[in-house]
Amino acid sequence: MTPLLEVRGVDKSFGPVQVLHDVNFQAHAGEVTALVGDNGAGKSTLVKCIGGIHPIDSGDMLFDGAPVHVHGPRDAGELGIEIVYQDLALCDNLDIVQNMFLGRERRSGLVLDEATMEELAEQTLSGLSVRTVKSIRQQVSSLSGGQRQTVAIAKAVLWNSKVVILDEPTAALGVAQTAQVLELVRRLADTGLAVVLISHNMNDVFAVSDRIAALYLGRMAAQVKTADVTHAQVVELITAGRSGDLGLKNGVTP
Amino acid sequence: MSKVKELPGEAQVEAVRQPSIGHSVRAYTERVRSGDMGALPAVLGLIVLCTAFAIARPSFLTAINFANLFTQGAAITVIAMGLVFVLLLGEIDLSAGFTSGVCAAVLAVLVTNMGMPWYVGVLAAILTGTVIGSVLGTLVAKVGIPSFVVTLAAFLAFQGLVLVLVHEGTNISINDPVIKAIAQKNLPPALGWALYAGCVAIYALVQIVRARKRAARGLVADPLSLIAARVGSLAVIGGAAVYALNLERSFNPAFASLKGVPIVVPIIVALLVLWTFVLRRTGFGRHLYAVGGNAEAARRAGIGVDRIKVSAFMICSSMAAVGGIIAASRASSVDPNTGGSSVLLYAVGAAVIGGTSLFGGKGRVLDAVLGGAVIAVIDNGMALMQYGASVKYLVTGFVLLLAAGVDAIARKRASAAGLR
Repeated sequence: MTPLLEVRGVDKSFGPVQVLHDVNFQAHAGEVTALVGDNGAGKSTLVKCIGGIHPIDSGDMLFDGAPVHVHGPRDAGELGIEIVYQDLALCDNLDIVQNMFLGRERRSGLVLDEATMEELAEQTLSGLSVRTVKSIRQQVSSLSGGQRQTVAIAKAVLWNSKVVILDEPTAALGVAQTAQVLELVRRLADTGLAVVLISHNMNDVFAVSDRIAALYLGRMAAQVKTADVTHAQVVELITAGRSGDLGLKNGVTP
Repeated sequence: MSKVKELPGEAQVEAVRQPSIGHSVRAYTERVRSGDMGALPAVLGLIVLCTAFAIARPSFLTAINFANLFTQGAAITVIAMGLVFVLLLGEIDLSAGFTSGVCAAVLAVLVTNMGMPWYVGVLAAILTGTVIGSVLGTLVAKVGIPSFVVTLAAFLAFQGLVLVLVHEGTNISINDPVIKAIAQKNLPPALGWALYAGCVAIYALVQIVRARKRAARGLVADPLSLIAARVGSLAVIGGAAVYALNLERSFNPAFASLKGVPIVVPIIVALLVLWTFVLRRTGFGRHLYAVGGNAEAARRAGIGVDRIKVSAFMICSSMAAVGGIIAASRASSVDPNTGGSSVLLYAVGAAVIGGTSLFGGKGRVLDAVLGGAVIAVIDNGMALMQYGASVKYLVTGFVLLLAAGVDAIARKRASAAGLR
């Protein structure tokens, strides 16, 4: 099966510091791919390269098997790649519908088409089986952290995205809310999207992911099926870049 | 691993399908409790102040004094309406008072000194305001100077500009009958009633049509009882006001009759409707709230934050120009003090007392009208009590501080409630 999103041999430097070395990464439709790695391993940089925020120095990017060039966030958006950032970027003083359509409001003539936006927002949320909000006209300031994450994710889904990248969606959440968001992440993949989940939390990774890609000091240590590895192996990949037969040989990709 | 087992998430709730009026009342009390008081302090303040002044000075309740309240508060209310736009972004325009002075001086110079027709003067004054706003907005948004500093500098500079325009302190009188009529003449009583009936009917129609359309699409619509309550309260309050303003208020009616709704009232209502529409129903208004709530989120959503900021300052200064025209009309003259002394602080006070937040993201144009009414009542009532300027300033300063305090505490409570 062709991966929906694939990057090959990506290098990226910021001045004299090379952050990504020859990184290969794949994300398949209908699967959750966990992207793990220690602080500074290059997870965020890789995601920002995919999202068009940083240009890549060399390497290829393929979307649905065809080579593509992403020169900015707009290009990524047009391909159907949406990134949900850790700091959510929601306006507290607006309600859920207003936030989901922010910057892309539906209009009929001069005025905003509130009814259509409300309908579409409701369809999207119920399509994701989100039933934890009382009213979609609720202000975001009155939502819990988990509900906010849900709104941010639903916002990414609203635009017919094909790839949704989530940057540590559960980092600031409690136990119940984490469960709620992970359930949503799983549902996204089940509806056929390619989901990339950046996480530090091994429990989360093993709870929802189908594949795990481990970065170590800017190199892709291994990309494996979640079912084939153990908790301890993944931790070794993150901290040492290798685990038994898996991972880097002498610090380089085999 | 394709399905996560059902983990206990947050309590799942049924979406509200058919809200009753009781539901709306509960939702409102919940909002007030969580710190979003909206217009409540202004309305309560108005009731308390009016009762106190009416008891202390029965002349407060006379028809002539009631009409005076509108003409006294009009200029400040209009300037405050413009300030709401800037305050929504979390910025401030300290020069709005003297902007109104400069624009009034432009009007006076054109109409009185150069003999231009009134509409040329009015257009030039408003255009001057727009240009001033675009300069202030550009300095804030593009250059990045804090609005506090930019407008404080403009506050001083415009004071000088007014002096230049009125030739170092002369007083330019305004004799044009149309401009004088704005704040000094009244509508014929019949026209007042007709406008009132039209406003209530249109408001009712808009509310019912919207509810019908939403209900037809299966969305949550306001219940008829709530709409009836809204329209009914507008009809009662508006009707009482028009009735009172249509009472004879001349001391000698045989000599000169004085009754009817002051012309500034429909002007304020029209501006209120226009700007409320812009803020609540257009994409520009939505983006303004978004920038005020979280500028970074707005930027990531593809909104031109700088453009929104410059537009807000342009609207603010243009409205200040309209306020200046009303002030010039009321005084029949423009002097170096037009738009000076307490005008700016009264206008900021009006917006904040009405419920517009100084922290941005929260506020309505209606706030300016409610707050303007509170300021006008204080100003007027204190004068009737024969307190001097000293006590007036002290009381108004205290009220402004109180309103800002309520705003700050409400914000704290709201963020505490948000983190539940």
